This record gives sequence, C-alpha cells and structure tokens, in this order.
Amino acid sequence: MVNGLSLALQFLDSFAFIVLAAAGLAIVFGIMGVINLAHGEFILVGAYATTLAATQLGLPLVVAMAVGTLVTALFGLVVERTIVSGAVPNAVGQRVAGRDVMEPLYDRLADSMVATFGLSLVMVQGARIVFGNSIDQIATPLGEIAYGAFSYSTYRVVLSGVSVAVLLVTYYVFTRTDYGMRARATIQDEETAKALGVDTERTYVTTFAVGSGLAGLTGALFAPIVSMQPTLGDQFLVEAFVAVVVGGPSVVLGTALSGVVLGAIDAAFSNLYGTFVGRIALLIAAVIALRFLPEGVTGFVERVRTRRREGA
Amino acid sequence: MSRSTVSRRGFVTAGGAALVSGFAGCSSGGGSGASTDTASSADVVEIGVLEDQSGNFALVGDPKHKASMLAIEEINASGGIDGKEIEVYSRDPQSDNQRYQELTREMIDENDVDVLWAGYSSATREAIRPIINRNEQLYFYTTQYEGGVCDETTFAPGPTARQQLGTVLPYLREEYGPEIYTVAADYNFGQLSADWVKVLADEHDAEVVGEEFVPLSESSFGSTINRIQEADPDFVMSMLVGANHTSFYEQKASAGLEIPIGTSTAMAQGYEHRRLEPPAMANIYAGVNYMEEVPTESNTSDGGFVDRYFEKYPDAPYLNEEAETNYFSTYMYKEAVEQAGTLEQPEVIEALESGISLGTERAPEAPEGETVELDGATHHVDHHMWVLRADEEHTIEAVEDRTVPEQFLSETVGCDLREEAEQTQYTPRDYFEEAE
Repeated sequence: MVNGLSLALQFLDSFAFIVLAAAGLAIVFGIMGVINLAHGEFILVGAYATTLAATQLGLPLVVAMAVGTLVTALFGLVVERTIVSGAVPNAVGQRVAGRDVMEPLYDRLADSMVATFGLSLVMVQGARIVFGNSIDQIATPLGEIAYGAFSYSTYRVVLSGVSVAVLLVTYYVFTRTDYGMRARATIQDEETAKALGVDTERTYVTTFAVGSGLAGLTGALFAPIVSMQPTLGDQFLVEAFVAVVVGGPSVVLGTALSGVVLGAIDAAFSNLYGTFVGRIALLIAAVIALRFLPEGVTGFVERVRTRRREGA
Repeated sequence: MSRSTVSRRGFVTAGGAALVSGFAGCSSGGGSGASTDTASSADVVEIGVLEDQSGNFALVGDPKHKASMLAIEEINASGGIDGKEIEVYSRDPQSDNQRYQELTREMIDENDVDVLWAGYSSATREAIRPIINRNEQLYFYTTQYEGGVCDETTFAPGPTARQQLGTVLPYLREEYGPEIYTVAADYNFGQLSADWVKVLADEHDAEVVGEEFVPLSESSFGSTINRIQEADPDFVMSMLVGANHTSFYEQKASAGLEIPIGTSTAMAQGYEHRRLEPPAMANIYAGVNYMEEVPTESNTSDGGFVDRYFEKYPDAPYLNEEAETNYFSTYMYKEAVEQAGTLEQPEVIEALESGISLGTERAPEAPEGETVELDGATHHVDHHMWVLRADEEHTIEAVEDRTVPEQFLSETVGCDLREEAEQTQYTPRDYFEEAE
C-alpha cells in the first residue's frame, strides 16, 4: 500500500496536469465555439520558446517562461487573424474578389476541428524541419521533498499551486473585468452584444490570444519536465479534451471540477495498480461522465439549480 | 527514383541458370524474364534503405539512414563491391508501418533490390516480414531487439535483449544486490525484454520484486516513481522506449530517486545524456554493443568512425547504436557478395551463412571493437558488448566489456537456418518457466 502523503502529492500532480492542459482549450472552446485540435502544438510553441530562450539566450528560467507564454499568445493572435477569423486573407482577397473569401470558424465545430487538425500537422512537421528531432532540455529546478523512503519533486508541487493561481486569475478576469463582461456577453448572444456596442471581433481576437497564452504558459511550465520533441503536444491533448468534456460549459468551474475528479481517479488508480490502469480509469470515467452527464459536471449543476428554482 | 530497366534479378536468374544449372531452381525469380540488353544493370549493386527520417522514430532512425549512406559512399569510393558500384534506393517511411509495407513492396517489385535494410521497431519488422518472406528477399533488420527471430532470409545483426540485458544485469547484480524492479514499454519489445530480465535474474541469483509496463504515449511517471520507492529495490531495469518515456529520467532525478538503473534502450539510441541537463542520467548503466563514446581504436581514433561520420554529417546530433549496426552490416554484405562472387540472393545468403567476420585482414573492424562475427546458423551476431555508465556530469565511462554470443536461438532453441529454413519468432516464454 502506498502511503497517504504520496497519494496526496500524486493527486496534486494529476490535478495540475489536467487543469493546465485544459485551461487554454476550455476558453477557446467555451467562448468561441472553436475546437482547437492544435492545442497540443500551441503548448509545443510555449515549451520550445521557453527552452530555447533559456538554453540559447541564457535567460533565467522564470523570464524564459514569460517569453514562452508571450510568444505563444502572439502566435495565437496570428492564427486567429489568418485561419480562424480569416480577417487577413479577406483583407487581401477583397481587392481581388471583392467579397469575403473566408468565413470565420466561430461556432463551426466540425470545420474548426479539420482546420486546426491540419494546422497541428503543419506545426509538428515544421518544428521538426526547423529544430530537428529534439532540442536540448533544461533541468527541473527546485530539488525534492523527502519523507521516509519516499521523495517527490518540489517543482511539481509548485505546479499545482500555479494551476490554482491560473484558475483564480482566469475567474477574476472573466467575472470582474470589462473585458470579461464583454467576452461573456459575446458568448451568450453575439448579435445583441454587437448591437449594444461590444466590439465582438476584437473580443474574439483577445480571447483566442488569451487561450493561446494559457496554452503557452502550460508549455513553459512543463518544459523542464516533458521530453523536448516535436510531438510533445500529443500527451496533453487527450487529458485536455477529457477535462473539457467532463467539466462542461462553465469554463473556470468546469476545469477546476474536472481537475479534482479526474485527478483523484488518476492518482488513486495509477498509484495502486500502475500507470496503465490509471490511464484506463481516466478514460472510463470520461465515458461514464458523457453517458450520465452529457453536459458535463457544470451542466448538471446548472440543471439541478434551474429545477430547484422552478420548484421554489 | 525507379529504374525503367527490365528486372535485373530476372536477368541474373536466367544467366545463372545457363552457367550454374544447379542453382536455377532455387532462385526467387519474380522478374520479367531474361533480356540481353540489361547487362549494364548487372554492373551495379542495388541496395534498398528504408529508415525513418521523420515521424515518431526519426530521432533514432535518421542516424541509421545516415550511417548506411556513409558505408555505401565509402565502399563506392574504394572500388565498390566486387568492382560493382552501389546504387541506393532510399525512401522515408515516416515511422508508419503501412507506408513501410508499401515501400517494401516497391523496393522488391519495382526497384528489384539485391538487399534491403529496413525498420526501427519490432512492430515494423513484423509488419514487413511477411512481404520479405513471400519474396524471399535478403533483409537486414539492424535495431537492438528482443531476439528470437529465426528466419531464412532475415539477418538481425543488432544485439538481442539477452545480449544487452545479459551484459548489464549481472554487472549491477554484482555491484548493488539482488532485488530488481522492471519498468518497460507496453508492447512486444518491452514485454519480452521484461521476460528476459526474469530469466536472467534467475540465472544470476537475483529476484524481480516489481514490474510495470508503461504505454508508449505516457509521459507522467510520478506514480511509477512512488511505486519504485515503495518496493525499494537494489536497482531498476528500464526498457522504456520513445520520446515520451524519456521524461522518466528527468522526473526521477527531480524526485530525488537515486537508484542505479540498468537499461538496454536509453542513451545508446536517443542520446539522453546529451539532450537532458545533468544529472538526469547520473548512475545509469547501458548494456549495449555501441555508443559514440565506445573507446576503441576504430571508433575514436583520428579518421575513425566518429570522425568520418561527422565529417559527412557535421550537423548530426549523435552517432547511435543502430547507426553502427547499419554501418558494419553493409560491410558484412560486401564481404559476403565478394565471397559468393555473385549478387544472386540465395548464394549471398549462403555466403553469409558460412560465417562472416569483421576485424580480420580482409574486412575492416566494426567500430564496437575487435572481431565481430556473424553466426551463420541463427543469422545473428556475436557482439562485442559494453557496460557504459553516465556520471553526474553525463560523462560516459566504460566499466566493462566482453564478447557476448547470441545464445537464445543457438543454445536454447537450436535454430539452424543452414539445416532448416524457418520463418519463426521464438519467445522466452516458450522455453523458460521463469519468464511466465
């Protein structure tokens, strides 16, 4: 039997991984209705930019991480303008064709999946061509916590703290700021928001950049842990989607709840029966959640609340 | 890429039939028959090389491709094989087994290659072996692997699990104690290697106290590390494979797990000691036939293998284990063709089966050192094996080396392809109770 402290640390670890993997994806999906299958590759951009900033430019790790996050946010901005909204191609095309050549991908789930899947393939191979099959990796900072026969990486414990901070900041931004208000208005009813003077297009750009920046932050934070190679995004994608599906429509609360639920399941099963069983348990949990809570945990909470309100 | 000439093998078959009637019946044929105006195509040796330059195995496959090209360039520069120039057909299978199957057919049917080097993973080898067998194609599979393939036209000059683990496990048992924890990739290579750990543990009076198989897609090893700490073994045997699993070493270092680790996969193939920042690979022992750091004359001297490789490929990151096998096996093929005096595959195979040695007066020494001998009965190689250790700074030192013959097929199974043509892969579970 693995001891309780190990289990607790393992839970924090899984929680951080799931929350950070899902954060950017949940925002882009929840607010813009864009399924970003290149989410893993956005994480790749963050991880590579951070690692290269640290190893090639010699920046301190924290600064390198900030660079990685910003580079990814900028990259997201470019992707939004060119592929997702098509604003740039349209601006160019209007002179030639005299009308919109590209329809934005907002709320076009299947179309956005195909477009971003293509983008992810291009990005993986592009990274391989530009940087080769692997780049030199930075070491994990901060040493370890030892307790009896066991020890654990301090950095991974810190990560769980960071993931909570990310949730809190995101919650604050989307509920307490003007931008958050506009973003939520846009998600609820774009036409009305536009009529009330919200620059919805600008909201979309900003939101996509924020989502990308979060993906970049995840890449930056995991750069010292995961193996630096062009397909590193793959390992985040499944967890991210499972978390978003289980979490449901409420971005922050949903991500936090699925982090707790899935993190606990993953930690318990991997510790007791090994990594493979942990992975299976995670996927079975997702199947069960989809079967019984088709709108995710927060969708279910919402439904119960509505029913109560109607009953009262 | 493809040649428009009539099948060369068809020509040689017909020509051979006229000259040596006894062999005509053995020929695999498959070409479009004899033709008198294809004489020029018999003046070249056609070699097919399918190694991953992109996709999942690019990191380990690309050096194999480069080393093949180096060997071919060297042989051509020194007069070719038996006076014939080598012509290479090379395509990138992109780590995709289906593409491997298509390209293997293309190499055999359209390019009509005299010999084929192909594939990194065991899964790839098993995907194309039926095509190889159907066409009786002379084939070199050069990756270190789980062992046990006894196949009439397949040559596996890479070291087997028994050779690799059998070099490093006894050393660690002697140095650190009898309790072993195995972590391995969850597919045929990892499973069979873990079985070999059990067999070898039994032979060396040690015990496997824990075992875990990790899916290839997994990159979080927190719980694995906890489980190892809980079992508290004397050392770990790691047969983790691929880029995702590389995270294990970084994570165990940052978790403060300071346990000696023996491996047949890390460092020698994906040069983790160069890619990861120290001390992630400290105290890791590789049981391998080759790493770039192997301190032999033919490897590290001025103008040695390492020098020649990086002169041709100055930007290459590392010269790995499998690259060396591609390199020296190309010379083995050259030696066999010159002994056989023909390119015809059954006769070349017969020459290979007569036992080809490198490091004699005739043939150059393999970079791993000393005389390396191809065992004709099993189509495997008696390797010069090394235990190489990485220290805190990731400097590699050789702590032990000796010649280790292939044992499983020759001693346990009794495979003798000169006596009986087979196409089987044997596993340790068929022969050892401990493996179950």
